[in-house]
Amino acid sequence: METLNYLLETLNNLFLIIADAIRGLFADPQSVWANLTMNVINFIIVVIIVVLAALILILLERKVAGWTSQRPGPNRLGPRGWFQTIADALKLMGKEDVTPAGADKLIFKIAPMIIFCLPMMTLAVIPYGKDMAPINIDLGILYFVAISSISTLCFLMAGWGSNNKYSLLGGMRAVAQMISYEIPLLFSLLGVVMITQSFNLGVIVEAQGTIPFIVLQPLAFVIFMIAGLAELNRAPFDLVEADQEVVAGPFTEYTGLRWGLFFLGEYGNMTAMSALAATVFLGGWQGPAILPGYVWFFMKVGVMIFMMMWVRWTFPRIRIDHLMHLAWKVLLPLSIVNILLTGLGIYIYRFVMGG
Amino acid sequence: MSIEKTEELILNMGPQHPSMHGLFRMVVHLAGETVTNIEPKLGYLHRGMEKLAESRTYSQFIPYTDRLDYLASPHNNWAYVQTVEKLMGVEIPERAEYLRVIFGELARIASHQVCIASTALDMAGWSAWSYAFRDRERICDMYEMTAGSRLTVNIMRIGGMSAEPPEEFWPALQSFLDDTPEMLEEYYGIFFGNEIAMGRLKNVGILTKEMAENLSITGPVLRASGVDYDVRKAEPYSIYERFDFDVPVRTGCDSYDRTIIRMDEIVESIKIIKQAVRDIPGGPIMAKVPKVIKPPVGEVYHRVENPKGELGFYIVSDGTTKPTRLRIRPATFINLQMLPIVAKGWKIQDVVAIFATLDAVLGEVDK
Repeated sequence: METLNYLLETLNNLFLIIADAIRGLFADPQSVWANLTMNVINFIIVVIIVVLAALILILLERKVAGWTSQRPGPNRLGPRGWFQTIADALKLMGKEDVTPAGADKLIFKIAPMIIFCLPMMTLAVIPYGKDMAPINIDLGILYFVAISSISTLCFLMAGWGSNNKYSLLGGMRAVAQMISYEIPLLFSLLGVVMITQSFNLGVIVEAQGTIPFIVLQPLAFVIFMIAGLAELNRAPFDLVEADQEVVAGPFTEYTGLRWGLFFLGEYGNMTAMSALAATVFLGGWQGPAILPGYVWFFMKVGVMIFMMMWVRWTFPRIRIDHLMHLAWKVLLPLSIVNILLTGLGIYIYRFVMGG
Repeated sequence: MSIEKTEELILNMGPQHPSMHGLFRMVVHLAGETVTNIEPKLGYLHRGMEKLAESRTYSQFIPYTDRLDYLASPHNNWAYVQTVEKLMGVEIPERAEYLRVIFGELARIASHQVCIASTALDMAGWSAWSYAFRDRERICDMYEMTAGSRLTVNIMRIGGMSAEPPEEFWPALQSFLDDTPEMLEEYYGIFFGNEIAMGRLKNVGILTKEMAENLSITGPVLRASGVDYDVRKAEPYSIYERFDFDVPVRTGCDSYDRTIIRMDEIVESIKIIKQAVRDIPGGPIMAKVPKVIKPPVGEVYHRVENPKGELGFYIVSDGTTKPTRLRIRPATFINLQMLPIVAKGWKIQDVVAIFATLDAVLGEVDK
């Protein structure tokens, strides 16, 4: 029993032990050079997480699509089709890189690069385990939402730079949709912030030791899920890349690796949003001590991602005016009501507890 | 202060576009997301069917009719061969008539399933699409057993049927009929009952009764506008007066009713097939017709109820082996007139949905 507990403890702190060991290599473990090295290593780990997530998720998406629509999905390449994404990535690399004649070349070329950077920036503040946030900042939630809203700009840049009417329509849709949904998204997170009195994601997870916030804030979780889907341009809110109407929206003119970067960015953003949901509402790395914290965390992220894929392949697409009505007339008032109720709840709690 | 003026955006959709169902092209004038005008441009699939008929013998033209409304090819065969039979005055055997009804109604179900599927797909309901196509495969299998091909079946001949269905056809048909109620429930559950789908389809693209009548719309689109008109009842051809079935009519006049009325029609088709399977007599499947078909001098028009509406053939014969003139009255070509009128003022997403509910098959539109 003792050894088992010791083993679990070691596994739980595995990455921290490794990090300490690396720091130990320096003469002064708290020197500038040691911090810099650790930051670089953390950054590389986040990049690996993003790329790995995209590789796995693209295959998973196609498998989930197969399950929901009663077909096998990719099953030829490698064991049960696991190498399909790698083959697709290689194919994309071999493709000709076409820039349309009338395109705004600079904007056209930097849009996919920026969108690929965003999930790395957002995933850097997520606590993957106890004390395992690559960068621990106090305004974590605010930083996350601020960075993820830059993707609006990328869609507009891609849509405008492509010099294509479909792309332009898609880009304009992206702006209208994502700016509208940003507000309920942030408001839905405010309830949790009010309870924990902190914007720091690490503190928020620590506060969920006994009870995850999905129990205390069910309404906020629902609002967050809907607004998050809209923010990610996932179905049923995928109006930006609606292939039946605007062909592929801002991505219409992109080929090869540039298009692949958009794809990586999309799945990276999806991972980031699921990670935020898992952190804020599902208790992050908190869980029964039979498994290490980071395993719990990634399991929760996986559940969120599966939910998003499930919704995508079963629901039809919403119409643009219904989309706006939902954001401004339903979600926004509801999220304000949620803030009010949370405030009231905190007040009553303090009154009862005599605080 | 300067006032910025907005500009009209002219968007060319098609002929190569994911939701244009073949080679349809429309020029859409947009004010933001709202459609101000639509100009449909046809003819990208024009193959000159009517002219081709003039240099083919009567029998040789049957496979060409498959390529009209390729989602319900037995119906096109049926309309054509019946027209020629009417001109020649041929009586066909009972068994052939029953088989024609069975295959015709199966084709109606298959075509409606494709309509439901593609309407769902045009609204990104991917799973609904694959559910409907999964069930349509079973009808294609039944075609294959009998005729050897799955889409353009070429199953009818002047004077009867090309082949007797094999032994395994009847159990397959029976199990398909038994599974249909469950199938329809699934479509409803995954697509028609969905809140988003209802929001997109209900009260969208209103085609009033008067408009439908004035535009000579036929088929499910007309019946969804509250007009009780079906060629099978209005002018019964083949043996339709022997069957007990209803013509589903809905009064919603909107995209939702135009789509869901096809579910009602599948139910009625199942009823007809069940009666036909019960009553089908034995006997030959071909009438005694001469090897070389030479109809007498004259002209004839005959129409049937295609899954998409009224399909008519007009043939002028000069007594030789080839028709002098053949004219096709396609259903969807005429139904398509409503698109610019109805879709004006709706969002671009609605135009795609309205176009899908018309169930246009470009093979028939462009001939």
